[in-house]
Amino acid sequence: MKRLILAAVLAAGLAPGMVTPAFAVNPDEVLPDPRQEERAREVSKELRCLVCQNQSIDDSNADLARDLRVIVRERIKKGESNEQVLQYVTDRYGDYVLLKPPFKATTLLLWAGPFVILAFGALGTVVYLRNRRAAGGVSGDTAPLTEDERRRLDALLRKDGI
Amino acid sequence: MRRLIYILPLLVLAVVAAFFFVGFNRDPKLVPSPMIGKPSPAFSVAGLRGNDGTVANATYAGKVTLVNFFASWCVPCRVEHPLLMELSRTKAVNIVGVDYKDKPEDALTWLRQLGDPYGVIGADRDGRAAIEWGVYGVPESYIVDKAGVIRYKQVGPITEDVWRTEMAPLIKELSR
Repeated sequence: MKRLILAAVLAAGLAPGMVTPAFAVNPDEVLPDPRQEERAREVSKELRCLVCQNQSIDDSNADLARDLRVIVRERIKKGESNEQVLQYVTDRYGDYVLLKPPFKATTLLLWAGPFVILAFGALGTVVYLRNRRAAGGVSGDTAPLTEDERRRLDALLRKDGI
Repeated sequence: MRRLIYILPLLVLAVVAAFFFVGFNRDPKLVPSPMIGKPSPAFSVAGLRGNDGTVANATYAGKVTLVNFFASWCVPCRVEHPLLMELSRTKAVNIVGVDYKDKPEDALTWLRQLGDPYGVIGADRDGRAAIEWGVYGVPESYIVDKAGVIRYKQVGPITEDVWRTEMAPLIKELSR
């Protein structure tokens, strides 16, 4: 029983560590003002580390990521807005450095593409269903049997002895 | 007309395939620089060698210049080095070096061993100047025109091929 409790306590202690991703921010980089630090973290999470590419500079241990984190904090401390800081970095490294690409003419296809494809799919489905209905497939609005047809059908069924 | 509907998925697939074929053949390490066509950024670093003085934009004003970021700890820089020596020997272009995040004594030893192709060398010890230029790894080289505008960026070592087909013709044109 004691062991079980110990195991549970250990698991509880481990779990949060496994869920939250590891951050690369070193203690000496942290700004004294917690609100500024929070903004710095927000900005850092939007910036791609150019050395490891699929990590943000907030997550990366690369030297360049560290340098950029420090620059982000310096500029926030100087009173720049988040947008100004992001602009400073994109002016030098291009839009590629933003993990969330901006919406503009060159990225139109990227942002609108999925919706365009969805619209095509929806259109195709509507056209297909309409055609099927027009062809009198499974839908319920086929014309009812006429009196003549019913009599013939009855006769046929009786003849087969059903 | 109805037949066309059946060919459509094939056409879409062809377009997507072409897109990926081109996309996957591109090196994701090469990030297009927004600095091309812009004036070279204001920077100022201490000189590396005794007689270098401060290295800043004014250092190369009015001359077509190759600005080369390098470091003694950088292995690809070794690959590139003989070509820079050759450019220096033939006086092909004014070469400014920026020694990136390096111990000056290491850099000096490196130059003593391999040769020194640079007109002037700045020591960017904290890497700040490099960030101003949009450098994200060494070696990186920029061609700056007489007006101080960045015209070309090479990420990674300058190869014979890149020099011959891209950089040399551009430098020739800019020097006119």
